[in-house]
Amino acid sequence: MTATATSARSDLSELGRSETALRTFLHGLPGVDQVGAEQRAAQLGTRSIKTTAKAQAIDLAIRMVDLTTLEGADTPGKVRALAAKALRPDPADPSCPHVGAVCVYPLMVPYVAEVLRGSGVHLASVATAFPSGQAPLEVKLADTRAAVEAGADEIDMVINRGAFLAGRYSEVYDEIVATKQACGDAHLKVILETGELATYDNVRRASWLAMLAGGDFIKTSTGKVPVAATLPVTLVMLEAVRDFRAATGRQVGVKPAGGIKTTKDAIKYLVMVNETVGPDWLDPDWFRFGASSLLNDLLMQRTKLKTGVYAGPDYFTLD
Amino acid sequence: MFEYAPAPESRSVVDIKPSYGLFIDGAFVDPADGGSFKSVNPASEEVLAEIAEGGSQDVDRAVRAARKAYEKVWGRMPGRDRAKYLFRIARLIQERSRELAVLESLDNGKPIKESRDVDIPLVAAHFFYYAGWADKLGHAGFGPDPKPLGVAAQVIPWNFPLLMLAWKIAPALAAGNTVVLKPAETTPLTALLFAEICQQADLPAGVVNIVTGAGETGRTLVEHPGVDKVAFTGSTDVGRAIARAVAGSRKKLTLELGGKAANIVFDDAPVDQAVEGIVNGIFFNQGHVCCAGSRLLVQESVADQVLESLKRRMAQLRVGDPLDKNTDIGAINSAAQLARIRELTEAGAAEGAQRWSPPCELPERGFWFAPTIFTGVTQAHRIAREEIFGPVLSVLTFRTPAEAVEKANNTPYGLSAGIWTEKGSRILWMADRLRAGVVWANTFNKFDPTSPFGGYKESGYGREGGRHGLEAYLNV
Repeated sequence: MTATATSARSDLSELGRSETALRTFLHGLPGVDQVGAEQRAAQLGTRSIKTTAKAQAIDLAIRMVDLTTLEGADTPGKVRALAAKALRPDPADPSCPHVGAVCVYPLMVPYVAEVLRGSGVHLASVATAFPSGQAPLEVKLADTRAAVEAGADEIDMVINRGAFLAGRYSEVYDEIVATKQACGDAHLKVILETGELATYDNVRRASWLAMLAGGDFIKTSTGKVPVAATLPVTLVMLEAVRDFRAATGRQVGVKPAGGIKTTKDAIKYLVMVNETVGPDWLDPDWFRFGASSLLNDLLMQRTKLKTGVYAGPDYFTLD
Repeated sequence: MFEYAPAPESRSVVDIKPSYGLFIDGAFVDPADGGSFKSVNPASEEVLAEIAEGGSQDVDRAVRAARKAYEKVWGRMPGRDRAKYLFRIARLIQERSRELAVLESLDNGKPIKESRDVDIPLVAAHFFYYAGWADKLGHAGFGPDPKPLGVAAQVIPWNFPLLMLAWKIAPALAAGNTVVLKPAETTPLTALLFAEICQQADLPAGVVNIVTGAGETGRTLVEHPGVDKVAFTGSTDVGRAIARAVAGSRKKLTLELGGKAANIVFDDAPVDQAVEGIVNGIFFNQGHVCCAGSRLLVQESVADQVLESLKRRMAQLRVGDPLDKNTDIGAINSAAQLARIRELTEAGAAEGAQRWSPPCELPERGFWFAPTIFTGVTQAHRIAREEIFGPVLSVLTFRTPAEAVEKANNTPYGLSAGIWTEKGSRILWMADRLRAGVVWANTFNKFDPTSPFGGYKESGYGREGGRHGLEAYLNV
């Protein structure tokens, strides 16, 4: 918990009303030492997760996957296939859990909705002129409403990085508040695009800004810029949700996205969640992986643990 | 809940012999009077091996072997040829690193992740670094052609057994000296494996001699008239006795002794990283570190916040089997050390400081101590003044930077200190005023062979590491 946050506990909801208050608060957060944060993330990466712990971690990671396709070339057929895979990732093994959600562009939402209806697998849509966010606010909000109306129950929005880096925090805040309203009952994930924020101090500030404005999840990246999720960035965001809950009592989820391809990577993230924020976040409601190829590696490792042998990639569906 | 399954490193990678002799003149030999002692695994109290106890005749034999090797071979060998041997030893250490790491953890009790990721890589790095100096001594700043001293007597402690060996042997050999080294009686095994590596590297006989034994063996060694240089790392009491013993002799002396370092956290510190630094400062290697940050000085205005974060972080520390790859805190090295830690912590509680440890289950056999912090500590408490050499942190508060400096310096020791603040000018201001040989800023316990290490005041004299570390082994 930050000293600022403690003393301001009752006032946090008022911060968004004034640019000065918001700036004073965000710049009063303790700094992040880059070397120290990266060292801690690397240390956590050396944990050795074997046998029963590995099996448990793999199933949990599968349940946390936001199975994603965000390509211009996406077709109704392709996203239906992806949705089917989300429901039964390993057709050969009914004990394999379903994934957390399917994540697609707004136009693809109706096709996915048909498949997922009543399954418990969430349907996420990117919105707000994803991935750049370079559109007028009205367009972004219309994008959001359309996705929700088409059946999405989770919206992945992008923040206005230009405004954030220029120090216009109120503008970013107001956009998130407006998007949250446009979401209605849908959960709002706020993409910080940490690869464009350049410093961990900025990542911490953007995390707090997104949480103060009402985001249900904070997410690292769009996957459309060269630097996506990293362990140290996720560490800083986990510390932010931990401190935010201590300050306000509200729990916010975290979603690293982009570049997480292997079971080994995924387990490093789970260890980090476990040792930074604890078991309260070790649940698909509070931690997700934005990934596509990760799922097949998890399935391969799962089969290996169960049977003792590696099956070839042809035994797992490509999507 | 996410429980980590046991992930033990295999101990079958290392062969431990039932008994070891002394390594003198290139061969393992029995001690003259046949005495021996046992080295135990502090995590289980299991006896690992029977170790020869070197007596005065053995020490004499080792010093003579070192003298002969110095005069006939090593002292006159060109630097570039000495370098070849040192590079070869460094490479062999890397090749056999897994073996060395497992053996170090078995004999010392430290977690395998530390012996694997810190101790052994630093050992190899020291040999590589000083190998590079061997043919460049004329450029080290000690004149165009500095000469070695002769035979070095080296006595090392049990907290970093092989690393302390490297700190002593690598610069000595690079400069052209030969050595007789006595490892600590509770942790002789990696030094004996190092002796095998010397054989494997075809190091000429007598250049490195390892004489195992306890305090008496060490005393005999440093007092032997045939040695030209004495290097000691260990307690301040023993250091003082050694300084008395060699006073008035020709022997050159370096001492690296105790510490009671202040780790100073200002209100503008990066809190999460500062907490990591506090944990690393005092719980690294069970707190068996001479430069451990055993006094936390935290600015009053953030004290509650820092302590809350620290306690939450301490609850994540995994205490247990040193060979498990997920263990953060291993076993206390010996029953004697455990008794000393207990005595001082009991004194801390009796003097009125508040004691706290996270809930943690300790194994039944072996020597264990839960990570502990004391709050409400004052400068007058024994736990704020005496070196505990265990996983015990004393927390004090301060209001102004001047008060932080005053409290940090108010100790007979002066080995290291840590500063945590985002303000660069304050780091420089503090570093100028702290009477400590090493000052870390926004980090702690960082070691590198290129960086000199050593203390002020009762923490000893002389520097080890870097170009400065050569001076101790050169006739300058």
